[in-house]
Amino acid sequence: MNEHTQDRRTFLQWILRGGFAALAASILYPVFRFLIPPKTVEANVSQVKLPFTRADIEAEPHKFKLFKFGREMGIIFIAPNGELDALSATCTHLSCTVQYRPDWQIIWCACHNGKYDLNGKNISGPPPRPLEKFAVNIVNDAIIVSKDA
Amino acid sequence: MPEPAKSQNGSLAHKAYHWLDSRLQIRQLVDYMGHKVVPVHGHSIFYYFGGLTLFLFMVQVATGILLLMYYRPGADSAYESVRFIVSEVSFGWLIRSLHSWSANLMIFTVFLHMFTVYFTFAYRKPRELTWLTGMGLLGLAMAFGFSGYLLPWNSLAFFATRVGTGMAGTIPVVGDWLMIIMRNGEEVTGATIGRFFGLHVAILPALFTVVLSVHLLLIQRQGMSEPLEWRDKPPETKKYIKFFPQFLYRDLLVWLIALNVLALLAVIFPDGVGVLHWPLGEKADPFAAPPASIRPEWYFMFMFQALKFLPAHMWFITGELFGVLFFTIGGIIWTLVPFWDRTSLKGRRSKMVIWFGLLALVFMIVMSILGYVLD
Amino acid sequence: MKFVYMMLMAGLLVAATPAVVFSDNCLDCHQTFEDENGPSHLITKDVHYQNGLSCVSCHGGDSTMSDMDDVRKSSSFRGVPTYLQVPDFCARCHSNPDYMHDHNPRLPVDQLEKYKTSIHGKRLFEKHDTKVANCVSCHSVHEIGNAKLPYSSTYPLNLPFTCGKCHADSAHMAGYNIPTDQLAGYQVSVHGKALLEKEDLSAPACNDCHGNHGAAPPGINSLAAVCGMCHAIEAELYNASPHRAAFDELDLPMCVVCHSNHKILPPGDFMIGLTDPAVCGNCHSRDDGTKAPATIDSMKATLANLSQARDSARQILDDAETKGMMTTDEEFLMKEVDQSLIQTRTLIHRFDIDTLGPTAVQGIENARKVQTESAGLINQYYFRRKGLAVATLIITLLAIGLYIKIRRMGR
Repeated sequence: MNEHTQDRRTFLQWILRGGFAALAASILYPVFRFLIPPKTVEANVSQVKLPFTRADIEAEPHKFKLFKFGREMGIIFIAPNGELDALSATCTHLSCTVQYRPDWQIIWCACHNGKYDLNGKNISGPPPRPLEKFAVNIVNDAIIVSKDA
Repeated sequence: MPEPAKSQNGSLAHKAYHWLDSRLQIRQLVDYMGHKVVPVHGHSIFYYFGGLTLFLFMVQVATGILLLMYYRPGADSAYESVRFIVSEVSFGWLIRSLHSWSANLMIFTVFLHMFTVYFTFAYRKPRELTWLTGMGLLGLAMAFGFSGYLLPWNSLAFFATRVGTGMAGTIPVVGDWLMIIMRNGEEVTGATIGRFFGLHVAILPALFTVVLSVHLLLIQRQGMSEPLEWRDKPPETKKYIKFFPQFLYRDLLVWLIALNVLALLAVIFPDGVGVLHWPLGEKADPFAAPPASIRPEWYFMFMFQALKFLPAHMWFITGELFGVLFFTIGGIIWTLVPFWDRTSLKGRRSKMVIWFGLLALVFMIVMSILGYVLD
Repeated sequence: MKFVYMMLMAGLLVAATPAVVFSDNCLDCHQTFEDENGPSHLITKDVHYQNGLSCVSCHGGDSTMSDMDDVRKSSSFRGVPTYLQVPDFCARCHSNPDYMHDHNPRLPVDQLEKYKTSIHGKRLFEKHDTKVANCVSCHSVHEIGNAKLPYSSTYPLNLPFTCGKCHADSAHMAGYNIPTDQLAGYQVSVHGKALLEKEDLSAPACNDCHGNHGAAPPGINSLAAVCGMCHAIEAELYNASPHRAAFDELDLPMCVVCHSNHKILPPGDFMIGLTDPAVCGNCHSRDDGTKAPATIDSMKATLANLSQARDSARQILDDAETKGMMTTDEEFLMKEVDQSLIQTRTLIHRFDIDTLGPTAVQGIENARKVQTESAGLINQYYFRRKGLAVATLIITLLAIGLYIKIRRMGR
């Protein structure tokens, strides 16, 4: 076998070895990245652990906070009797975000003066349907909100 | 026994071989395998289909194990975990998409492999067991597909599973009992996910591994089937290539190309394309109205459509019973072909086998097409 | 003999009973000659008839009689009231608290009183004007329906046209010196479209702003209160703004000055400015010596910035979504951007530079976040394809190498 063929053979070996190494790398890299867990806590839409405590809600001037619940928005507030309650925060009229009015003891929609009682029932103004009520549980200082069964 | 030759200048592979051989005496096995040959003829391309299926199965196992690192079964977590994988986990979309595509391609190659074996009469003696284990693998593969489909617990999966298990319920005598066992209850619920999950990641893999090992062992022992015409050909006219390394490299090339096709499909069509469509969509809602057209996966479509065509009553039995009998008996005839095909034992092509095969093939293709067109 | 007498009486009673209990000769007789639009046919839809009242309940007379002349001569006969007599005719029951308490305790009994304060009532009673509305003009005569029922002339979807029967008829309204374009304007307004096209029953019809029986246009100085029934925040802001005192002094009709009364069109950022189609220029000018021009310029710029930021964010987000990337988190943030925009636009009504600042800044910040994150998603999309290209290149090179090796082995 002449030198020429020997060179071609080594070149081919080089390509094959290099190629397989590159292929292995391009497969193993995504696999390793995949195995490293991402930063965000997973959102479980039937239950959500809120990223703040009751103390944070009490620190708010109007005693309520908005939170993300899957694709929806929720509102959690401290009722006059001290209970922590949560409702859907999307007004049933034209989907504005509602707020808690401790002075009126209602949930209020500023867009068209819609009013709901603290159980979510629409009591005045345009809203045609009540707000969905969520269940609130406190586990070791963490607030867990889940859909009412 | 003579000492195995020490090889100081050998490559890593040679060193490893000597290390093992001096402990396990594998030289005989290696020599035996080195004698394996593959026939070369006009239909040699068929020999790749089994290996291709094996490759796709290995992709399934790998991607399946990776998905298992994040998937959580259960009505409250299945959908969310898949959504998490696809949107948050690095390359999660890629692993899921590869898993879906490879699953569909594998079923396709399984059918391709089966039909090419059938039409070349490769199932004939002495390979009856290979054919039977192969049919077992086909059933297991379709069970894999059916059980895996439900796991994302999305709208698509829920209704397809409801329809599929409902069809099982129409089997006479054992139908209801079977359906309840499959569904883990009267209806498709979160409990069904648990059962399908157990099937998909534990029971089916175990069974598949055992049956596949037997299947592969038989092939290694018996070698590749030769065309019928070669029975009476003089030995000098028959061409072969060695399995190691000639055929293996060719096999590897085919697998490489398949890998590339998979990658292309997974990146460009992550949610499938055309009738192969699996977007994550909405979470399953048992109380929602079913969408206008519920479809099973494409490899069940021919059965689904055929059953739709049957009238409520045929002579003295219900249409459903007729359908079940039709497919059961047809399947049994198909599976037992090595035993009723006497002609190929004599080295001649069996017209009956060919007709039956063509009939089945055309039936499946036409029913599948109709299933999509007549919506 | 006593037995026969008793049987005879019983028989007569039985025979007479239908005549006493079931006979309403008014309807029986009138239905034979009236067509389908006649009172005796329409009455079945009437709420009074459905509650057990009948012709004689209003018109008096005796329903057992079969001769009209006899009916007319009967002592309780009231006949058909004249146009001017109608209000008192209805009020005979509807202003009687004891009577109404026994029939429908929920209904108020002050309709006549209120009517007398209205333009309609004043003109009818004081000027004997028969062209103004009385009870039946709006409620119909014989098919009076509860306003909650869709076929009633006072049902919100029908009400604008009930009022419009007179108020949109220029021939009828000639001589009153008020416009007749209210219905037409209302129909193209946001309120009209919401009520009549989208059938949103919470949108105001004529009576929601003008009142029902005491119908009158809201006083110039009370418009903010009327509009503020729903648009509470805008009213609150307006009342705290410099415009309140200024408009009161100039006797300008508050909200109507910028928004019109009936033809209220969708407001927009275009309304702020000194040149058409903006409305500020109707009173203000660049050198009018007030803080207005500076405030106008500032508000306009703030809104423009926020609006632009929002639109850019929306566009990039839509692009990412079309490319198949998962955009749930970004959509969530986008909702907050839209919320900021709504809030900022509402704060305009304070007519003060500093009020808009905080919400606008927050909105722009969130919009920028959405933009960055969406751009990231789009980069990911292209990264995937680039990765694929690289992987394909590697595999192709490898495949070619393998193929050459195979060919070589064959030789």
